[in-house]
Amino acid sequence: MIGFLIQRILQALMVVIAMSIIVFLGVYAIGNPIDVMIDPASDQALREALIQRYGFDRPLFEQYFIFMNNMLHGDLGESFIYRLPVLNLILSRLPATLELALTAMLIATFLGIPLGLWAGYKPDSLSAKAIMGFSVLGFSVPSFWVGLLLIMVFAVELGWLPSGGRGPTTEVLGMNLSITSLEGWSYILLPAFNLALFKLGLLIRLTRAGTVEVMSSDYVRFARAQGLSESKVVGLHVLKNISIPIVTVFGLELGSTLAFAVVTETVFNWPGMGKLIIDSITVLDRPVMVAYLILVVFLFVMINLVVDLIYGQLDPRIRVKAAS
Amino acid sequence: MSDAVLRVNNLQTQFQTRAGALKAVDGVSFEVGRGRILGLVGESGSGKSVTGYSILGLIEPPGKIAGGEVLLNGKDITRLRGDAMRQVRGAQIAMVFQDPMMTLNPVLKIGTQMIAAVRAHDRVSRKAARARARDALAKVGIPSPDERLEAYPHQLSGGMRQRVAIAIALLHNPAVIIADEPTTALDVSIQGQILAEVRRLADETGTAFVWVTHDLAVVSSLADDICVMYAGRVVESGPADDVIASPRHPYTAGLLASVPAEHEPGTKLPQVPGSTPSLANLPQGCAFAPRCAKAGPACTTTPPVQHFEDGRTALCHYPIEPVSCQPLSLTSTTYRSAS
Amino acid sequence: MSHSPALPLPAETGWTRLSNFWSDYRRSPVAVAALIVVVVVVLMAVLAPFVAPQDPYNQGTLDLFDARLEPGEVGSGGYVHWLGTDAAGRDVFSAILYGLRTSLIVGVMAGTLALLLGTTVGLIAAYYGGRIEALIMRIIDLQLSLPAILLALVLVAMLGQGLMQLVAALVAAQYAYFARTTHGAASAERRKDYIEAALSTPLPARHVLFRHLLPNALPPLIVVATVQVANSIALEATLSFLGLGLPITQPSLGSLISNGFQFLLSGRYWISIYPGIALMLTVVAINLVGDQVRSVLNPRNSR
Repeated sequence: MIGFLIQRILQALMVVIAMSIIVFLGVYAIGNPIDVMIDPASDQALREALIQRYGFDRPLFEQYFIFMNNMLHGDLGESFIYRLPVLNLILSRLPATLELALTAMLIATFLGIPLGLWAGYKPDSLSAKAIMGFSVLGFSVPSFWVGLLLIMVFAVELGWLPSGGRGPTTEVLGMNLSITSLEGWSYILLPAFNLALFKLGLLIRLTRAGTVEVMSSDYVRFARAQGLSESKVVGLHVLKNISIPIVTVFGLELGSTLAFAVVTETVFNWPGMGKLIIDSITVLDRPVMVAYLILVVFLFVMINLVVDLIYGQLDPRIRVKAAS
Repeated sequence: MSDAVLRVNNLQTQFQTRAGALKAVDGVSFEVGRGRILGLVGESGSGKSVTGYSILGLIEPPGKIAGGEVLLNGKDITRLRGDAMRQVRGAQIAMVFQDPMMTLNPVLKIGTQMIAAVRAHDRVSRKAARARARDALAKVGIPSPDERLEAYPHQLSGGMRQRVAIAIALLHNPAVIIADEPTTALDVSIQGQILAEVRRLADETGTAFVWVTHDLAVVSSLADDICVMYAGRVVESGPADDVIASPRHPYTAGLLASVPAEHEPGTKLPQVPGSTPSLANLPQGCAFAPRCAKAGPACTTTPPVQHFEDGRTALCHYPIEPVSCQPLSLTSTTYRSAS
Repeated sequence: MSHSPALPLPAETGWTRLSNFWSDYRRSPVAVAALIVVVVVVLMAVLAPFVAPQDPYNQGTLDLFDARLEPGEVGSGGYVHWLGTDAAGRDVFSAILYGLRTSLIVGVMAGTLALLLGTTVGLIAAYYGGRIEALIMRIIDLQLSLPAILLALVLVAMLGQGLMQLVAALVAAQYAYFARTTHGAASAERRKDYIEAALSTPLPARHVLFRHLLPNALPPLIVVATVQVANSIALEATLSFLGLGLPITQPSLGSLISNGFQFLLSGRYWISIYPGIALMLTVVAINLVGDQVRSVLNPRNSR
C-alpha cells in the first residue's frame, strides 16, 4: 500500500514538473512582456533596467530554474498589470471559484444521482427517456451558450435572478463567501447550475448505466429472493456498487469543473480565478498565466491522486491487488 | 401426501415475445412435504429454473404467471402482490442460486449482506441480526463464522460462498428452500460436502427443499422424490428410488442410461438423440416424440398423465413397463436419511 | 468486433455494406432527423455566398441605419431581415451562414488533423509495442486526464490568436482521443496470430500497419471523429466567446454570440440567440449522428 502510494505521488510530481516546463517555456517563448509593462515611449535605460530586474536577458532554462526556485519558496512572481504578488492575486480569487465549483458539483450530485437511479431503475419509462434526452443536451451543448439562455430567461425575461456578478459576501474563516446569505444564493444559483450541467449529464449517464447493470445482476435477484424491499435493494446494493465509478468521476470532474469555471465566470461576470486568467491572457500578463496554469494542473493532479486512493478504499477487490 | 408444505398446481408461466407467448412452464404440478427433498430434474431449457423463480414470484416482464396456483401451507401465493409477496420471500420460501460467484455482492461484506437479510423480515437490532447471521453460518458448518462476517465474498472459496448463500436462505427458518443448481459450479468433493449438509439440515430443521438440477446423480443420492421436466412439462414423477430403478417415461430412461456411473466401462455411452426443442416451435402432441425410440402414432396427440402405484406418474402414451429388481444407486454415496 | 482481414473489398460488397449500414441507421427517427440537420447545415455553409441575402463582411453593403433591426423588419436593402440585424447593421441570418462556414472549417480541419496525428501516434504505439508504446500511451493518458479546455487555453496563451493557432490548439487538445482509440483497436489486433504471421514474412511493415492494423481501428475512429468535429466546433465557439479564438475579422458562430452578448441584457436577444441556436443545432445534431453510428457499428450496442 505504501509502495503504491509513493509510486502515485512520484507520478503526480512528474506531471506537475513536466507541465510547469511546458507552460513556462511556452508562455515565455512568445511576445515581449516588456512592451506590455511599460510605456513604449519610455527610454532605453528604463527598459534595460526592467529586463535586468525580471531576468529576461538570461537563457530560458535559467529563467525557469529561477522561477521554480522562487516557486518552491512560495514566490510565483509579480503580476505585470496589477503589480501584486501573483500568489496573493490568485488566492484572493480562489474562494469565489471554489465556492462556485463546489456548489456546481453539489447540484450535479443531488440532481444527477437520483435522476440516473430512476432512469436506470425504470429504463423503459417515458420519464427515463426524457431524463436521458436531457443528459445528452447537458453535455453536448456548449456551456457558455446555455449560460446565455439562463441569463435571458431568468434574469432578463422573468427577472427572478441577477444576471451576473457575485453580490454580497460574508467573510468565513478568512474567505469571502456568497452562499452564507440568501441574496448571495440568488447570485450563485445561475452560474452554479450552468457549471453543473455538463457534470449532471455525465452523472446521469453513469448512474443509469451502473444501475441497469446492478439491477440485472444475480445478487440483486438473490437479494430480492431474500425479501429485501426495493428501496433496500437500491439503497444497499445499487448505491454501494455505483459509488465507485461515481466517486472517480466526481473527483476527476472537480478538477475539470475548476477549468470550466473559466467559461462560466466569463458569462456571469463571476470574479474568480477563471475570469482572472482570461483577462491575463488578453493582456499577456505572463506571471499570472503561468502561475494559474501550474496551480490548476497541481490541483488536478492532487485530486486524481486522492481519487485513486479513495477508489482503492471503496473497492475491496482493488485493495487486495494493491496490497499483494 | 396431504401434509405438503408446498403444493404447485398446474402452474403456467409464459414469456411474451413477438412470436407469441412461449410456455416456459406448462401445467407443472408437484408437492413437497416437511423435511423432504424434491429433485426437479431436466436439461437446460426444460423450464425447471423458471418453475423455481415462478414459485417466488421473481419472474420479470415480459414473463408472467399465466395460471395455476402455488399453495404454501394451503395458501395460494401467486395472488400476492408487492409487500405481501416480499414478506413471503426469504421468510417462508427462500432461494439459493447456481453461481456462488455471482449471488453475493462483491463490494459488500458477508455480514452486511446477512444483516440486511435478517432485517428484511425482523425488526431487530443490528447486533441481534449479526448474532443470528453468525449462528446461521455456524449451522451450515462454516468455521470461525465471526471472521467470515467481516470478509468480502472474493475472500471465500466457491464452496464457502455457497454455504453462505445457504446460511442466508436458512436465516428465517423457511418452510421451503428452492435451490437452483446450487452445486453445479462447485468441485465434486465440495459438492458432496454440501449435499450432506443439506440433507442434515432438511432432517434437523424440517425445511423442505426443491432441488433444481440437471444432474441425476445428485438427485439420486439426495432427493426423496423426483420430478423430471421436459419442454415445460413434468414428464415423470415419483419416489426417487423407484424412478431411478425403473423409469416409466422413455425420456427419464434415456437420461439414466447416459449417466456414466451406471454404465459398463469400455462400451459406448448411450445418449438421448437430438436436442431440446425450442419452445417457439414445439411439435404437436408429445414434445419428446421426435427424439423418442418408442414413439408411436398416438404421440401426435397430447399424452395423458398415467398414474401408477406408489403415487408415480408419467406423461406418456406408451410408458415403459416396470422392472422388478433391486433399487440401484447412481453413486456409491447416498445422503438420504433412512426413512 | 471481427473483421475479415484486409483484402480490398470489391465495390459491390462495399455497396452492400453501406446499404446494410443505412438500413440499421434509419431505425432511429431522431438520428435520421439529426442527419438531415447536419446535411442542411453543411449545405448552407458551403453555399453561403449564394444563399445569404448579404455579404456580411463587405463594409460597402452595410448601413448603420439598419443597426439592431428586429427580426422580420425590412432594412434599407429592401429585403426582410428574418433574424434581425446586429449593431453594425449586418443581417444576422447572413452572418450566421458565414459564421457557420468558419466554424465548420475550423471543426473539420481540427478534426481531420487530430485524426491524422492521433491515428499515427496510436498506430506507432501499437506497432512497436514495448517501451515506445508504454511511453506514448503514458503521455496520452496524462493528456486525457486534463480537460481539453485547459489545454486549449494553455496553447492559445502560448501561440496567440489566429485561425492556424486556433486549429493547432484544438488539434493538440484532441488528438489524444484518436490516439487512444486507434491504439486500443490496433493493439487488440496486434496480438492475433495472423499479424504475427504477416510480420514474419518479408512484407514491408507499412503493409501490416495499413492493411491490418488500421482497418480494425476504423469503425471506432469514425465515431470518435464525428464526435470530435462537434467538440472542436463547440470548443472553438467557447474560445471565441472568451475572446481567445478567431480575430474579429473572421467571425465564427462563437464570436457572433460573443458580439451579441452585450445586447442581450437590453432585450435585443436576436443578435446572440440566433447564432447560438445555429451552434446548438449543429453540435447536437452531429453528436446524435455519432451516437447512432456508434450503436450501428458496435453489435453489442444494438438492441
